[in-house]
Amino acid sequence: MKKVIDRRRKYWNEPTLGWWERFYLFEVLRGFSITGGVFLRNMKRWITGGKGALTAYYPEEIRADYAAHNRGKHVLTQRPDGRPQCIACNLCATVCPARVIEIEAGFDPDDPAHPKYPKRFEIDYSRCIFCGFCVEVCPEDAIRMVRQVPGLPVPDRDHGMWLGREELLTWQPARDPAKPYPPKEGPK
Amino acid sequence: MMQDLVVHGVFIVYAVLMLMTVGLVLTWVERKQAAIMSDRIGANRAYLRIPFTQVKLIWWGLFHGLADGLKMLLKEDWRPNSYDRMAYAVAPWFAFVPVMAVFAVIPFGGELVPGTFFGWFEGTSEWFGDRSYAMQVAPLDAGLLIVFALGGIAVIGAMLAGWSSNNKFSLLGAVRAGSQMISYELVIGLTIVGLILIYGTVNLVSIVEQQSGVLFGFIPAWGIFLQPFAAILFLVAAQAENQRIPFDLPEAESELIAGYFTEYSAMKMGLFMFAEFIHIAIIAALFTTLFLGGYNLPYMTDAGFLLPGGFEIALPHVLVVLLQITVFWVKVFLMCGFLILVRWSLPRFRYDQLLSFAWRFLLPLALINLAITAVAVWAIQGIGA
Repeated sequence: MKKVIDRRRKYWNEPTLGWWERFYLFEVLRGFSITGGVFLRNMKRWITGGKGALTAYYPEEIRADYAAHNRGKHVLTQRPDGRPQCIACNLCATVCPARVIEIEAGFDPDDPAHPKYPKRFEIDYSRCIFCGFCVEVCPEDAIRMVRQVPGLPVPDRDHGMWLGREELLTWQPARDPAKPYPPKEGPK
Repeated sequence: MMQDLVVHGVFIVYAVLMLMTVGLVLTWVERKQAAIMSDRIGANRAYLRIPFTQVKLIWWGLFHGLADGLKMLLKEDWRPNSYDRMAYAVAPWFAFVPVMAVFAVIPFGGELVPGTFFGWFEGTSEWFGDRSYAMQVAPLDAGLLIVFALGGIAVIGAMLAGWSSNNKFSLLGAVRAGSQMISYELVIGLTIVGLILIYGTVNLVSIVEQQSGVLFGFIPAWGIFLQPFAAILFLVAAQAENQRIPFDLPEAESELIAGYFTEYSAMKMGLFMFAEFIHIAIIAALFTTLFLGGYNLPYMTDAGFLLPGGFEIALPHVLVVLLQITVFWVKVFLMCGFLILVRWSLPRFRYDQLLSFAWRFLLPLALINLAITAVAVWAIQGIGA
């Protein structure tokens, strides 16, 4: 008679089920108490006006776990009258390694101090690498990066991933206590 | 005669509308409950916009069910190249209609006396007289037997669908569905026989009425207290009848694509889905009726409350009827919630585990339960005699 050899490999972490686990029913009930407990906990949070989920509403909600030094979106700073501080010198567009900035300069005869201004200022976020060179190179402190991310999701596909002058100018200086406008007088 | 026709017509319309609505809402409940159980948000994007305004009614994504239904209605009705024309067209209805029809014998309320209920309406009390109706589409004495009979037909739908679509995955799914449903039908039958022994009837209304009594002076005489084992076995087997996780082998999507309805599209596939969701509601309604005291609250009868200790609270007929209908649906929804909890908690069985679970674990337990019940009923009746 041929000897039957158990060829099944033995693992060091072989699962060991006692009769309690093998009976299945009580372990299943324990599982229900876990999932049901999570359900009730989350329902309680929803009903009491809190949020019972780990996911963030996208894009309505800004994720809570962005780092304080995250720099995900460009803004154009404004003069006190709301016009952009940018003088359309094209330095940022020149330094940009990804070549995502497009500026069209305009002439403003009413403001002799800053006759050049950007008629069009557009950034292509599909190619931007967020290196921050544009901020570094700007002689007028006209472009900065802020903690948010650009609100790119749109319901149609023709929109592209471009942010124009209007979106970049929505920055409110009062909300940025670290870099107020006009700039504080530094030590001379 | 005319009055009977009107009342039962109203019952039929009410039952069909309620089942459809519950089925539709359950698709949403399932998604939302699964999401909340796993720390997610769940369906929350579909909305209805009030015309000519910017007011969007999102209502926690409640309209996703409507959007799904609309999508299925508008999709192309694609058919495989070679298929059995007749069986292919008929199969979804064989899956859908028996499930719906089970509700005909389930009582969703107690005694309705339209003359009293609509007493405020001019002339109705004269027209209806003192006729009274059990709130049930088909007041049959053979209630539970009808449930079994229709449960047996549902297998045919799955088998027809799998056979007629001329696809190996479909056929495999159908074979699995057939063996699974027949195995678990047996368990359901044996668990319910214990109840029939105790109540001495298969008429569901009288089963519910017997459950409004008390045990040992204070416990409501619900089936779940009389037959706790049968209740658990019934739930397990019913989940398997419904072919949902952990028993969803017939449509195990990682192995068989979609099982026996792989080759179905558009609303034909929607019918299978819808039948599954209505089946959840039907199982919950059956469980409520058999084990949870049906449409009655504890200590409640058609006349009002009879609390332990002899206190009686009489309620007006209108209030009793409304209360019973509400209680019935609340119980059904709680049970649906539990069934969905089961579906989203457990992993799927292996196929051999599934069948050996039915034949070597559930069936002996059901038989033992039945034997003990029979002996107990015999002993108690012997004492009484």
